[in-house]
Amino acid sequence: MTEFIVITSGKGGVGKTTSSASIAVGLAKHGKKVAVIDFDVGLRNLDLIMGCERRVVYDFVNVIHQECTLKQALIKDKRYENLHVLAASQTRDKDALTKEGVERVLNELKDEGFDYVLCDSPAGIEKGAFLAMYFADRAIVVVNPEVSSVRDSDRILGLLSSKTRRAETGATPVMQHLLLTRYNPARVVAGDMMSIDDVKEILGIEVLGVIPESEGVLAASNSGVPVILDEASNAGLAYDDAVARLLGQTRAMRFLDAPKKGILSRLFGS
Amino acid sequence: MGLFDFLRGSPKQTASIAKERLRIIVAQERSARGSPDYLPLLRRELLEVIRKYVNVDQDAIDIQVKRDGDHEVLDLTVTLPDKSEAAAAAAAAAREA
Repeated sequence: MTEFIVITSGKGGVGKTTSSASIAVGLAKHGKKVAVIDFDVGLRNLDLIMGCERRVVYDFVNVIHQECTLKQALIKDKRYENLHVLAASQTRDKDALTKEGVERVLNELKDEGFDYVLCDSPAGIEKGAFLAMYFADRAIVVVNPEVSSVRDSDRILGLLSSKTRRAETGATPVMQHLLLTRYNPARVVAGDMMSIDDVKEILGIEVLGVIPESEGVLAASNSGVPVILDEASNAGLAYDDAVARLLGQTRAMRFLDAPKKGILSRLFGS
Repeated sequence: MGLFDFLRGSPKQTASIAKERLRIIVAQERSARGSPDYLPLLRRELLEVIRKYVNVDQDAIDIQVKRDGDHEVLDLTVTLPDKSEAAAAAAAAAREA
C-alpha cells in the first residue's frame, strides 16, 4: 500500500525542503521504498539538499509531458538504494503541472511498489502547492513558532480539509500533523517565543515532532547531506524521532529544555 | 535572567502577545472559511444603506452564514448606537450646522 504524504506550510522558508529530505532519508533508513518529489517548479532545490543536483537529467515535468519514462527521471540516492528523488523542472512555468499528469505519475509510483511518496510542496497556495496536497493521504504541516507561519499553517489546514481528493470524494480526511521547526527552547523559557503547547493549542492538531534550531541544518544543506544523517546534531536526532513516530513508534519529545547555563553566563546574562 | 539584567531593563515577554493575537485572528478566519465569496461586498453595501438612516459604526454589522438543519440562514446583526450617544452626536451635528 502506497502512502502519499505532502510536506507543506503556506509560508516560505520554514523548512519544508529540509524536512522533506530528512523524512525521506529517515523512512529509507527504516527499509521503506521511498520517492520524494519536488513540486516547486521553477525553483528546484530538493536536489541540492539531497546532494544529487549534478545527476538531474530528466525532471518531474518531463515525466508529466511524457518526454521520458518515470524510471529515467527517478534519481537513485547514493546512500540508500531504496530512496529516489524526482527533481522539479527549473525552466518551465508552473502551469506545466496538471492534475491529470500528477495523478498519472503518482499512480505509476504506486504500481512500482513504493511504500511512501513524499510531495515537497512549494510555498504559497498556488497551483504547485494545490497539486502537492491534492492526492495526499497524510499531511505534515511545517510551522515555525512565529505569528505569520502559524496563521499560514491554519489556512493550509483549512485547504487540506476542503481542497483535496479525500475531501472532495468524502473519503476519510487527510491525516494532519504539525512539525515544529526552528524551535529555540531558551527563547521559549524566556517568554520570547511561543511554546509547542501554544502552537498546538492555536492550531488544534497533534505535533509529530519538534526540531530545535541548530547549526547542523545549515552545515547539512551546505554539504548536501540531509541533517537526519548527522547524528551529532540535535536537529538530526529530532528528525529521527519524528520519522519513528510517523511509523507508529512512541518516542518522547527531546530538546525542549533550554541548555544549562554556566555560573558566569547566569550572572551576566547571555 | 542575569543578575545585572535590571540595568538593561527587563525585556517584554512577547510570546503571550503573539499567542493572544493568533488566537483571535485564527478563530475569525476559521469562522469566515467556507462562507460565500459575496459576503464582504454584501456587508459593505448593507452598511451603506443602513448608514443612510442610522449613524452606525463601520464594524456595526456582523454577517454570518449559519447552518440550521438543512437550511442555510443568513444571520445579520446590526448594532445600533446608544440612544444617549446618538442624541449627543445629533446635537453636535446640529450645533455645527
